[in-house]
Amino acid sequence: MNWLIAILQGALFIILAPLLAGWLKYCKCHLQNRKAPSLLQPYRDLIKLSNKQPVVSDQASWLFITAPYLIFSATALAATVVPLVVVDLPTSASADVIVMVGFFAFARFFLALAGLDIGTAFGGMGSSREMTISSLAEPAMLMAIFTLTMTASTTNLSGAIAHVLNEGLVLRPSFVFALFALILVAVAETGRIPVDNPSTHLELTMIHEAMILEYSGRYLALIEWASQLKLMLYGVLIANIFFPWGISETLNPKDLGYGLLAILGKLALLAIFLAIAETLVAKMRLFRVQEYLSFAYLLGLLGMLSHIILEASR
Amino acid sequence: MNIEQTDFYTQAILSIAALIGLMSFLMLGQSRLLRLIFVFALQGFLLTLTTSLAAHSLHNPHLYISAALTLILKVIFIPWMLRREVLHMNIHRDVQTLKNKTFIMLGGASLMVFSYYVLHPIVQTTAPVMLNALAVSLSVVLLGMLLMISHRQAVAHVVGFMSIENGLFFAAIVATKGMPMVVELGIAFDVLVAAVLFGIFFLHIRSSIDSLDVDLLNRLNEIEK
Amino acid sequence: MIAAYFVLLIPLAGIIFFAIANSKMDMGKINVYFNAICLLATLWLAINVLNQGTILSTSKAFLVDSFNVYLIVLTAFIGLTTSIFSAPYMAHEKEIGKLTDRRLKLYYTMYQGFMLAMYLVLTTNNLGIMWVAMEGATLATVLLVSLYRTPESIEAAWKYFILCGVGIAQALFGTILLYYAAMQIGDGSNALLWSVLYENAQQLNPEILEIAFVFLLIGYGTKIGLVPLHNWLPDAHSEGPTPMSAVLSGLLLNDALYAVVRNKMLVDGTTHSNIAGYLMMGFGLLSFLVGALFLHRQKDIKRLFSYSSIEHMGMMTFAFGIGGSLATYAALLHMTVHSLTKSAIFVTVGHAAQIAGTQRIEKIRGLIRTQPQVGWGLLIGTLAIAGFPPFGVFTSEFLVLLATMHSYPWLAPLVLLGIGIAFAGLFRHIQPIVYGERPEGQLPVKANLWPVIIHLGLVLWLGLSIPGFLAHWFSQATVLISGSAPL
Repeated sequence: MNWLIAILQGALFIILAPLLAGWLKYCKCHLQNRKAPSLLQPYRDLIKLSNKQPVVSDQASWLFITAPYLIFSATALAATVVPLVVVDLPTSASADVIVMVGFFAFARFFLALAGLDIGTAFGGMGSSREMTISSLAEPAMLMAIFTLTMTASTTNLSGAIAHVLNEGLVLRPSFVFALFALILVAVAETGRIPVDNPSTHLELTMIHEAMILEYSGRYLALIEWASQLKLMLYGVLIANIFFPWGISETLNPKDLGYGLLAILGKLALLAIFLAIAETLVAKMRLFRVQEYLSFAYLLGLLGMLSHIILEASR
Repeated sequence: MNIEQTDFYTQAILSIAALIGLMSFLMLGQSRLLRLIFVFALQGFLLTLTTSLAAHSLHNPHLYISAALTLILKVIFIPWMLRREVLHMNIHRDVQTLKNKTFIMLGGASLMVFSYYVLHPIVQTTAPVMLNALAVSLSVVLLGMLLMISHRQAVAHVVGFMSIENGLFFAAIVATKGMPMVVELGIAFDVLVAAVLFGIFFLHIRSSIDSLDVDLLNRLNEIEK
Repeated sequence: MIAAYFVLLIPLAGIIFFAIANSKMDMGKINVYFNAICLLATLWLAINVLNQGTILSTSKAFLVDSFNVYLIVLTAFIGLTTSIFSAPYMAHEKEIGKLTDRRLKLYYTMYQGFMLAMYLVLTTNNLGIMWVAMEGATLATVLLVSLYRTPESIEAAWKYFILCGVGIAQALFGTILLYYAAMQIGDGSNALLWSVLYENAQQLNPEILEIAFVFLLIGYGTKIGLVPLHNWLPDAHSEGPTPMSAVLSGLLLNDALYAVVRNKMLVDGTTHSNIAGYLMMGFGLLSFLVGALFLHRQKDIKRLFSYSSIEHMGMMTFAFGIGGSLATYAALLHMTVHSLTKSAIFVTVGHAAQIAGTQRIEKIRGLIRTQPQVGWGLLIGTLAIAGFPPFGVFTSEFLVLLATMHSYPWLAPLVLLGIGIAFAGLFRHIQPIVYGERPEGQLPVKANLWPVIIHLGLVLWLGLSIPGFLAHWFSQATVLISGSAPL
């Protein structure tokens, strides 16, 4: 029964991810006075892409073709670790947050390799930028996560969420910092404004898009889907760690239903905030990204310090 | 003492203390004047929040007055005045590169450690919360000084000066639940007069050296030029 | 107690009067009247205190005891004499076009504002209000320092504003800590009242008080001009109008020291480690020696005497730091004679600078030949401040030295050395100014030297014999501060 629910939750994750992307685009279009495409447009795109004949460069090796599958499955596995509607699940019990970060790193590794594989200038540039950014973003993210795990004294995500949930409303300075750090990292990792712009292919500024420039057809569909999944994953992380209220702690259908509603509401709200931020903020120069990420790291560090100084027992 | 065992007021105070400290660090690393002023206003707003929270939780209505004063002075009037000055002087596009930014930030961090060290004897007699609040406010004071040392623009000096006042106010509210009313009114009056005087001074400095860069104020020196 | 209210209300009336007055009036003279009435009120207050002992107002907001009442009278007295000097001086500045009517009006308004702040610092019983008034004194004088609107004066005023503002913020932090310590033993409504704190000093937490005193000393010490926080002082003194230099040196520094001593009394009552005393001794001695050394390389006559102020404030801080009845008595006496002498010197220096048309030492020459009264005034004033025997400064410095030898004999050579250096530093500059060849075209100015004569006469009198009621007064204050009677 537990495993069934876990698999269902994973599937839900994968299915909902394009919807979140669609909703985000919808909000953004409205904010920018444009006509919004339908909420289901990302699904249509994915279907259209997967029906198309993929074109693969004759320079490409087997790696180029296998990479999309690896990326998608690694991201999907990461998604099963994160509690979406219910906390106590065997998948999240067997793997903790460090495994999740490991899955991300795995996916990114293959994405970068695939970008290098066909040997175009853009692919290599994109890979190098992606690696630069992620090497700066990962410590910041771990800092933020460690702050949480130190509070909950476990690295297991569902355990940590349950801890926060059971404590009730406690205002923790460390969480404030960790939240900000995680938001900044999430923006950088999912390639949103101001770090990367997902909707342009302007050669000088693109990062994520540069790596996947050579993909087409179902490969592109998988990679797009994986990145939508990643966006949702970060959203769920932020929503469930810092605002866990509503998530179900039991397996009875009523609670599960409420849990689903709660997470949908939270994600919708987060997406609105993200859309507002993306509308207000301009993309920054690539060389300022390191400043941005070191600020995120500083916040993570401050979170940990304030946990030790302000909150720990003496 | 774990944070879960404290009441909501203490938790909120601690969180705001952390944020106020963060604002000071942000100001320290800021090279654009308008953003500096914005962060300063934000710090003032956090202070207002603290004061009204204290007024509410401690049933101390006179703190509402002081919250209102803070709001008017530190969040609205002074930032507005500084902003106008910056726009008027057309220096809002200047990026003032800070020399040794890393050292300044590290210096700031060590100042924070220093304030904890200085105030540590207090912990023997009171709750650690007080130590935190006082140490944060002392470090805000010291960081304000560092800001004045590291920045060259007169506007930044004023921001540093006023953020020192912010730190002191925070200490007064958290540690002592606000000073007596007369004293608080007096301090607010002083801040107001100081703000007005700063405005007058900008005018004078501008007319005398045609800039707000205080590094150019270097005529008086022990060494003959 | 009514007298104390009068003392505060008269300058307040003065502010309002000058703020709305028509600038065609003879404001200098009116300023003198205001100060004269105020002096009368302080004398009335002093007689009350002399008869009744310590007076605490019914709301406990004001406290006048033998320590501050004599400072109040001193403040009023120097305020009056300086205003007598400033009337023709400022009129002259206006004649030569350095000032406009509006700035003159600002000057007189702020003069009264400064006096009000000073009286408030001295009379208040509330340490918070004391801080507010101290800051108020900075705010009132900062525009006076930049009164001439030259780039130098604006720079000096900016420096003064920023340094004193930041410095005194430390004092507020110290005051908050003090309040915090007091809150722990009782209710908060009157926990900042000095008299209440003093009564309960035994129960206050010594650790917090020690930290608080460090901040208070740094904060008010900036105002006193203690090295290394003194940077603003020479600039502000040299660039502002001379009457301002006289009151800054004669009054503001004293009152800042008063604030420190008030707080020291509390700390002494709580801790028994004498940490406050050691800190004050250290800072005081450093200021004393550095001030004396810096005298040698000054090129500007007002800067010269402002360093002399730093040196003397250092000596007083040192003496208060030693504690003990003898040292305290000496410090109180030194406060008085220094204020009197220094303001007299600034009066003559102001005239000297007007005669020469500059403040550069090498351009001021032959004063005795140009205008003998000014030259002699400057010479005698310098003799007095350097500690020549018949004058009061000699007596007080001698007593400080005696106290040092008694308590810390190994510091006595340093004190002696400092006095010697300061003496040499002053005379190498003053001697040519007074006796040198008279430059071409140097003309006497219209000067009112009565303040100088009165001040120096008083200093001489105090040097020869301290009048009975004054000695009684000083001993009462000494008992209050140090806990034991002198001599």
